[in-house]
Amino acid sequence: MLLVLGTLIGWFIYSSEISSKTVVSDITSTATSTVKVKQNKSWLANYPFKLGLDLNGGSHLVYQAEISSTTTDVDGAMQSLRDVIERRINAFGVSEPIVQTETAKIAGGESIHKLIVEIPGVTDPKEAIALIGQTPTLEFRIEKKVPEKIDEKLLSSTTLSTSTLAGMIDARYEKAELTGRYLSKATIQFDQKTGKPQIGLEFNKEGGEIFAKLTGENVGKIIGIFLDGTPISLPVVNDAIKDGKAVITGTFGIEEARSLARNLNYGALPVKVDLVGTQSIGASLGTNALNAAVLAGIWGFIIVALFLILWYRLPGVVAVVSLAIYTVIMLAIFKLLPVVLTSAGLAGLILSIGMAVDGNILIFERMREELAKGVSLNEGIREGFARAWASIRDSNLSSIITAVILYTLATSALVKGFALVFLIGVLVSMFTAITVSRTLLLAIGVKSYKGIAKFLFGNGFKK
Amino acid sequence: MFVVKYRKIFYSITALITAFSIFAVSYWGLNFGIDFKGGAIAEVEYQNRPSKESVETSIKALNLGEFSVRPSGDNAFIIKTRELSNVERQNVIGAVVGTTTGATLKQFDSVGPVLGQELAQKSASAIIFVIIAIVLFITFAFRRVSEPVSSFKYGLIAVVALIHDVIVPTGIYAFLGRNGGFEVDALFVTAILVILGFSVHDTIVVFDRTRENLKHAPAKKPFFEIVGESISQTFARSINTSLVVVLSLIALFVFGPEATHNFALVMIIGIITGTYSSIFLGSPLLVTVERMGKGK
Repeated sequence: MLLVLGTLIGWFIYSSEISSKTVVSDITSTATSTVKVKQNKSWLANYPFKLGLDLNGGSHLVYQAEISSTTTDVDGAMQSLRDVIERRINAFGVSEPIVQTETAKIAGGESIHKLIVEIPGVTDPKEAIALIGQTPTLEFRIEKKVPEKIDEKLLSSTTLSTSTLAGMIDARYEKAELTGRYLSKATIQFDQKTGKPQIGLEFNKEGGEIFAKLTGENVGKIIGIFLDGTPISLPVVNDAIKDGKAVITGTFGIEEARSLARNLNYGALPVKVDLVGTQSIGASLGTNALNAAVLAGIWGFIIVALFLILWYRLPGVVAVVSLAIYTVIMLAIFKLLPVVLTSAGLAGLILSIGMAVDGNILIFERMREELAKGVSLNEGIREGFARAWASIRDSNLSSIITAVILYTLATSALVKGFALVFLIGVLVSMFTAITVSRTLLLAIGVKSYKGIAKFLFGNGFKK
Repeated sequence: MFVVKYRKIFYSITALITAFSIFAVSYWGLNFGIDFKGGAIAEVEYQNRPSKESVETSIKALNLGEFSVRPSGDNAFIIKTRELSNVERQNVIGAVVGTTTGATLKQFDSVGPVLGQELAQKSASAIIFVIIAIVLFITFAFRRVSEPVSSFKYGLIAVVALIHDVIVPTGIYAFLGRNGGFEVDALFVTAILVILGFSVHDTIVVFDRTRENLKHAPAKKPFFEIVGESISQTFARSINTSLVVVLSLIALFVFGPEATHNFALVMIIGIITGTYSSIFLGSPLLVTVERMGKGK
C-alpha cells in the first residue's frame, strides 16, 4: 500500500516534470501548434519546481526607502511603492518578478524599510537597475501671471547647463501643489480621430481634487509637467478637469509616448529609494549550480544507501526504501507548496536525507537490543519502534526549534530557503521513520529469528 | 566503558583542541564576508584568462581603495572591492569585462552597510534564541531525573558540550580564514545553528539512555558504570547517525555547488565535533559532576 502510494507520488513528480517540458518545447517549436499545446498541457504541468535566482540566473536588488520625510502611514507608502515598482517591471514583460517590502530593526532600535526586487532572467545588474529606474521627481508647475525677467547673466551664458535651465524655468513657472505623489498611473492612449498617441493621466482621489481646483483657476494657461526639473510636456488648460483624469496631447511618436508614460510612472514613486544591495547571477552559473546540487543529491543518496544496506542488511534495505519515499514526498511538497529552491535549500535537502536516516538507525539499534534479549522478531520490531520514539521525538524537536528560529530571523533568501527545507525535512522524516519503516518491516513477515533471518537482521561485520 | 575510565585523557584532548580554537579565533580573528562588512564582489569568467597583474592594474586605475583579485577555477577571477556606487560599478565591470573578448560577468554582489548591520543583528538574536530555546528544552526533557545528578546539571553539561561544539568549528574556520580565505557569511551562521541543534540532539540520545538505565538499575550499581553502559549502548547509533550525515555532506562538498561549499565543510567539522563531544565530553562530565557531588 505504502509502496504504491510512494510510486504514485513519484509518478506525479516525474510526469509533471515531463509535461511541463513538453509544453515548453511545443511553444518554442511552431506558432501553428497552439492547439496542440493546449492538449498537452495537463494539470500536472501546473506544478513545476520553482527555482530561486541562484539556480536560474537573475538579479536580486535591495532598496532602502527613505521614509522619514513622508507621511505617518509607513505601511501605506511602502505598499504603494511596491505596487509602482511591480507595475514598472511588469511593463517590461519579465516573467514572474518578485517585489516585496520588509521592515527590519537594526542596532539602536532604528527601523529600516526595504524593498526587495527579484527579476529572473535579467542577469546584468545594470539592466535590472535601469528597469526599475532611479527616482525622478514629477512636478506640475503653473505658468506665472507675470513672468519674471530672466537673469541677463543666464541668457548670456554660452552653454545651457542644468542650472541655467532651472533658473529659466523658475522665472516662468511656479510650483503647484500637485506632484507625482498624487498620480496613480499614466497610460498610452490613442486619439480616436487622428490615431495619434497621447498620454492619459489618472490621479488618485486627493490628487483629482487638487487637479480640479488647479485647472479651474488656470484656464487658458500652461500647466507644465516637469520631470527632474525638466519640462516634458507643457499643455495648455482648456477647461477645468473634475474627474481626476487628464490627457497630454502633443506631437509624440509612439516610442516617445511610451517612454513618456514610463517616465511619468517612474515619477509616481511615492518614496525615495536607495539601492543598498545587488546580487546578480549569470544563467550559466545558475545552471551549473543546479546540476552540481542534483549530482550531489544523487551521490549523497547512493552513498548513504550503500552504507545502510552494508551495515544493517535487510532493515537497511527497508531504510533505503523508506528514504526513497521520504525523498519523493519532499520533492512533491516542493512542487505543491511550492517551495522556491535555492542552492542552500538543496543543501538542506541533502543534509536532511542524512538526518532522516537517524530515526531509522535509532529504531534498528533498539530493535537489535530487543532481539538480543531473545524476544520474537515481531515483538522485537514493535518494541524497538516504541522505545525509539521518545528519542526520535526529543532529538527532532531541537532541530525544529533551530529551523523555526532560522526561518524567522533569516535575512537572505538563501538562509530562508535552507531553513524551510530543513524544517519540512525534519517533519517528513519523523513521519516516514515511524510509519513507512515500521509498516515495511512488519510486512516482511519473517516469523523466526534464525539462520538467514538472523543474518539479515544482524548488523555490522559480525554474524 | 573505556571512555568513562580514561575520561581524564579525553578531557585533556578536548581542552587542547578547545584551547587551539580559542587561540585561532582571538589571534587571527574571523574573516567576515561582504554580507556582514558590506562591499562588492564580482566573478568574471574569461575564455583566455589575462594575468592577475593586468586585471589589478586596470582596477587600480579606478582609485577605489583596497581591493583583491583572486583566481577562481581555471578561467575566472573573483574581484572584491568596497561597496560601489552605480557609476563605480559600471567602471569596474567595464574595466574587467568591457575590453576583453570572451569575458562574461558570472556573478555580481554588492551589499551596503545597512544590510550588513541587519544581518549581524539578526544573527546575534538567532544564536541567543537558539541557545535559550535549547537550554529550556533540555531542562524540560530531563525534568523527571533527579538522582544522583539533578536535571539542571544535565542541562548545564549539555550546554558545556554545546559551547565546545560551537568554539571548535569557529576556531577551525578562523584558521581556514587566515590560510585559505574562508569567509564568515550568513550560511556560516546557519551552519553553526544547525550544528547546535544536531549536537544537542546527539547529547540528548546518550543522556536519555542514562536516564532510562537509571530507572532499571539495581540500587547498588555505581553511577559511572551506568553511564559507561549507556555510552556503549548508544555508541553505534551516535557514530552511524553522524557518519550518514557526514557522508551526505561529503557528497555535497565534493559535487555540490560552489555556494554551499564552505557550508558543507563547516557542517562536516561541526557534526564530527558534536558527536565527539556527546560521547567523550558530555557523559564523562556527568560522572565527574556526580563524584564532585559526593565530595570525592
